[in-house]
Amino acid sequence: MLIFNTVMFVFGFLVLALQPWMPLNPDGKTMLAPSTIFNSVASFMTNTDLQHYSGDQHLSNFSQIFFGIFMLFVSAAVGLSVLVAIIRALRSDSSLGNFFVDMWRVLLYMFVPVALAIGLLFIIQGTPMTFKTAYQVSTLEPAAMGTTDKGEVKQQTIVVGPVAAFESIKMLGTNGGGFYGMNSAHPYENPTGLSNFFNTLAMMMFPFALVLMYGRMLNRFKHSLVIFSVMWILMAGTVVWSVYFDTLKPNPGLTGQAVAKTYDIPNTKAPGGKQVVSLPAVPSLPVDQHLGNLEGKEMRFGTSAGATFDALTTDVTCGAVNAEEDSLNPMAALAPMVGMWLNCIYGGKGVGMINMLLYVIIGIFVAGMMVGRTPEYLGKKIGAREVKLAVIALLVHPMMILFPTGLFAATSWGLQAVSNPGPHGLSQILYQFSSASANNGSAFDGLGVTYGFYNATSPGPSAVAFDIAAGIVILISRYLPIIAPLAMAAFLGAKKSSPFGLGTLRDNTLTFGCLLLGTILIIGALLFLPVAALGPVADHLGPMPFGG
Amino acid sequence: MKKVAKTELNLREALSPSDDDMSIGVSGSAEAALKSPMGPQTPLRRFKPQRLIEKKTALAALKQAFVMLRPDIQWKNPVMFVVEVGAILTLLYIVRQALGVVDSQTPITYFIALDAWLFLTVLFANFATALAEARGKAQADSLRRARQDTPAYRLSPDGSIDENIEEVSSTDLKPGDMVLVKAGQMIPADGEVIRGIASVDESAITGESAPVIRGAGGDRSGVTGGTVVLSDWIVVRVTSGSGDSFLDRMIALVEGAIRQRSPNEIALTLVLSAFTLVFLIVVIPLWPMAWNAEQYMMGYLGLKEPLRSLGTDIPTLIALVVCLIPTTIGALLAAIGIAGMDRALQANIIAKSGKAVELAGDIDVVLLDKTGTITIGNRNATTFLPIGKYLPGDVGHLAALASAADETPEGKSIVKLFVKQNVTPISVPDSANFVPFTAQTRMSGVDLPDGRRIRKGAADAVIKFVEESHGQVPGQLSLLVDSVASEGATPLVVADGTEIVGVVVLEDILKPHMSERFDRLRKMGLRTVMITGDNPLTAATIAKRAGVDAFLAQATPETKLAYIRKEQAGGKLVAMMGDGTNDAPALAQADVALAMNAGTQAAKEAANMVDLDSDPTKLIEVVEIGKQLLITRGSLTTFSIANDVAKYFAIIPALFAGTLPWLKVMDIMNLHSPTSAILSAVIFNALIIPALIPVALKGVRYRALGADALLRRNLLVWGLGGVVLPFIGIKLIDVIMTSLHLVS
Repeated sequence: MLIFNTVMFVFGFLVLALQPWMPLNPDGKTMLAPSTIFNSVASFMTNTDLQHYSGDQHLSNFSQIFFGIFMLFVSAAVGLSVLVAIIRALRSDSSLGNFFVDMWRVLLYMFVPVALAIGLLFIIQGTPMTFKTAYQVSTLEPAAMGTTDKGEVKQQTIVVGPVAAFESIKMLGTNGGGFYGMNSAHPYENPTGLSNFFNTLAMMMFPFALVLMYGRMLNRFKHSLVIFSVMWILMAGTVVWSVYFDTLKPNPGLTGQAVAKTYDIPNTKAPGGKQVVSLPAVPSLPVDQHLGNLEGKEMRFGTSAGATFDALTTDVTCGAVNAEEDSLNPMAALAPMVGMWLNCIYGGKGVGMINMLLYVIIGIFVAGMMVGRTPEYLGKKIGAREVKLAVIALLVHPMMILFPTGLFAATSWGLQAVSNPGPHGLSQILYQFSSASANNGSAFDGLGVTYGFYNATSPGPSAVAFDIAAGIVILISRYLPIIAPLAMAAFLGAKKSSPFGLGTLRDNTLTFGCLLLGTILIIGALLFLPVAALGPVADHLGPMPFGG
Repeated sequence: MKKVAKTELNLREALSPSDDDMSIGVSGSAEAALKSPMGPQTPLRRFKPQRLIEKKTALAALKQAFVMLRPDIQWKNPVMFVVEVGAILTLLYIVRQALGVVDSQTPITYFIALDAWLFLTVLFANFATALAEARGKAQADSLRRARQDTPAYRLSPDGSIDENIEEVSSTDLKPGDMVLVKAGQMIPADGEVIRGIASVDESAITGESAPVIRGAGGDRSGVTGGTVVLSDWIVVRVTSGSGDSFLDRMIALVEGAIRQRSPNEIALTLVLSAFTLVFLIVVIPLWPMAWNAEQYMMGYLGLKEPLRSLGTDIPTLIALVVCLIPTTIGALLAAIGIAGMDRALQANIIAKSGKAVELAGDIDVVLLDKTGTITIGNRNATTFLPIGKYLPGDVGHLAALASAADETPEGKSIVKLFVKQNVTPISVPDSANFVPFTAQTRMSGVDLPDGRRIRKGAADAVIKFVEESHGQVPGQLSLLVDSVASEGATPLVVADGTEIVGVVVLEDILKPHMSERFDRLRKMGLRTVMITGDNPLTAATIAKRAGVDAFLAQATPETKLAYIRKEQAGGKLVAMMGDGTNDAPALAQADVALAMNAGTQAAKEAANMVDLDSDPTKLIEVVEIGKQLLITRGSLTTFSIANDVAKYFAIIPALFAGTLPWLKVMDIMNLHSPTSAILSAVIFNALIIPALIPVALKGVRYRALGADALLRRNLLVWGLGGVVLPFIGIKLIDVIMTSLHLVS
């Protein structure tokens, strides 16, 4: 598996690095900056698809097909194959299966047929599918395009390409890396309300099915139903949260605050004394907000579809977006972040279920002792070794999110890149690394991280630092958390399985569901409550939203 | 000398009166034969349940708590080690501030209070561990009183009892030495009785004042150093040298000297260390993030200096780490383990390792001996069934006559039943000649002066006797015998010369309340299996009456071993209780093996627990102690982690209140000030440790409700309670501190 991924890495790197010399590049798109190539390859290879480039502007059709689509198919299949191997290990099968055979099955029997069908649906809805690359169009309102230096009317460049093919597997494989920089908000990627529905359906399809597959393969269908329900509750929670705060609440940035607020805070100069901080009034903007927060939304879909999509996309680690997350109301933006922090609400291809397995192990280990037996999962006793591996896998994620966020928050790397200082800027950095670590790939945007072509005249500030940091985070958070659980499953599977009795903790009951839900919520809250408070919550409650 | 040998011979005879269960016969008849005129001595000690915290142990523990601050000792508890490092760092910070090196935003008194509570947290944790150890030590000390330097009378290597007996000190004895111990002397070392039989007062180790019988051969040949021979004499072959005796090892065990951590405890320590690491990961990046917010607010408000918050205050961040890491369970984990061993000890069970106690909670199958565990030692006569012209009273009278001199429990029970039914004592003519039981004839009886020969015994033996006397065997006899056997009882046929008189029904008497105990085991998720030497028909009936789940009939050492292996192959954990040498292989194979102290040395060596009371039903208590141990661990861990939710709500608003004052909305407890919020959280975190020491020492009660109900209950109490309680506690501490004007 690792060898295969290394080959993928080299191949992807070559395709992108040699882009200027490859065919299907009539626009003569040049090479990306090396750091961006590293970031993009790492991110596509790992099913993350965080894009620090803009697909339509920076990639040729050859790169889109041989780098983009290839990676979208294969990287999703990798995660799935690992999950299958873990299940086999838990079943105490004698062999974990052949990685390539599993890959082949996933690709041929699952992705290709469904992707074809969905792709066709997209084409019907108006998504382009062509090897042509760009049309030069004179628009109906020439004045809107402005004029060139020579006084000629500028033509609008409309980039097209094999969008439908890209799009279908992007959603199915919960990849999320768009053909266009705007991702699913782009009218060609996601032309109609119906295509938006298919988009949403496509990204949820496999992650949902995988949980049930887990139960069927282990012959514990009811157990997987319990897990499914827990995931469903969490998913519904994030969607409702996101829709509530985005659609039903006014944008605090527009409401402003009518009068100045004063707060008593401890005086740092005279210990024990009080000090008054006065925050000036911010006039509200005359915007009708009864439809909710419309900023950054596609009017094709309306406000709630954007919020719903954003919550779902991180729950299933897809990462495609159909609205600007930067413009979500700050509290609403917490929902997609929670999706990435927990990283087990259905989750990406296989990986979400693997993460859930870790929570199951930890939950059973801690609370399972309360029935008075050594904790067991699937009849196997959970010992020091298994717990150690589970904990390592679980530790990587917060470490990879919080350390870089802290680093970038306090250095010029982060301070230069954010579009709004203060809590909102912190949210942007936090989201960037959450997305990288969760292998999600959705972008909060607002960070000036696009480097663009190697010869770009004005790369985004600290683009190199973000490219490299996010690339490293992606790689570590992808491979450690799948290798450790694989080893854990192998150790567990090798143990003797003890029969179920009256005294055994059952894993298919309501009680177990509550236990699991409680474990996830408490561990999640403990890990991320402080940053949530400093980022989105402070952003939302603060008197100068969006950083003033 | 010769006379002594004769005594021994007589005793031997008395030892083997019944055909099916030799060991039971030993204790029954020999005890009667040796009814000591000396009476029981005053017991040396008894493991009476201690008060939870005694003044003396508490003081010793307090001292030990300070000793354990040494980093090399503290290191063994990673969670508390982090707290100690934090406390020392804070101390350095205070010194720097006192010297004016750093300019802090908060008064130095706040840091001093903070640091004091951090150190107190560590001390409370150490105290909990030390207290549990001290309680164990107190037990050990009273055991040690029993182990004195006693004189021993060593025989010459050939083992003959002659003039070559030399008096040596018990500490000089080596394994293999043979010593003679007479009435009134203390047995100098652990060993096995190779000659003689004696009643022994084992109250020194069991606390049971009634003397027990120890004799050569059989399953009750093991003796323990420090116990006292009350009557007769025995020759003991020493099996363990000085300092390595059973009692020595027991003391060592109890003192925690060889207390190794059990697998589950190690795994939990790992998880706790990981949680500690997690919270370091969470808290460290808070500093730059808080700094980011300070810079931003400075810019926004146009201030010259950043608006400082506690979020960039190192001691406060240390306090946050300490509050978040699972200090509660980290502090009590060791104490819980020691207390588990201690509880086993109070039930008079010596566990050879903490692992064995813990494993007991996982047991799926319990193997119980029928005799002595499920039934009262011996079979009792319950009915007299006549044949032909005879009446029940005739059968009773003749059977009682035949049993008048029979000292076996069965014989005595026949007499007792007859006397009870007829209210007349039986009178046997003085010149009557008793025919004792032998393994060859398999019957016993009496020859009366008038020539009548009355016999009672196994059906085939008595039939043979009647036929040899040219008597008639009625056809209905075999029917009667079979019907008695099929009901789980043993038929004894009574004959008067040439005529069969009737059948005495001997039944196993179930111990009272056994089926309730089995119900309890079933509710715990355990399956009970009865082991018996009886035939399957009898075994099935008794099993049904007793309410056990399964039985193993006609058990031999081989079948027992095979049965345990079969269950283990199915992934089950098997507990077994045994006493005999022939139990040793099965005991060694079982996952939890409880040997009786009265049993042989081989059995005790093979087992991983020894029951000093030799009470076979102890297995149930062992299982409960094991479950309780795990439940206590799980509950306190859950509680500890659930606590963090409230602490977050106290600390996060306090951390950033200086910079982002609107986060005060998150302060749902409405605490007085940032510093009081943080101090309250730290104080709550520290105080909860001593508050839970009693729970750790006594253990969370185990209720046989079934896993699901138990989990629900404990999740509600410790999980939900763990979330809610600190909200109340922290608020309370805040209110008290504010009303006393301790905080600004």
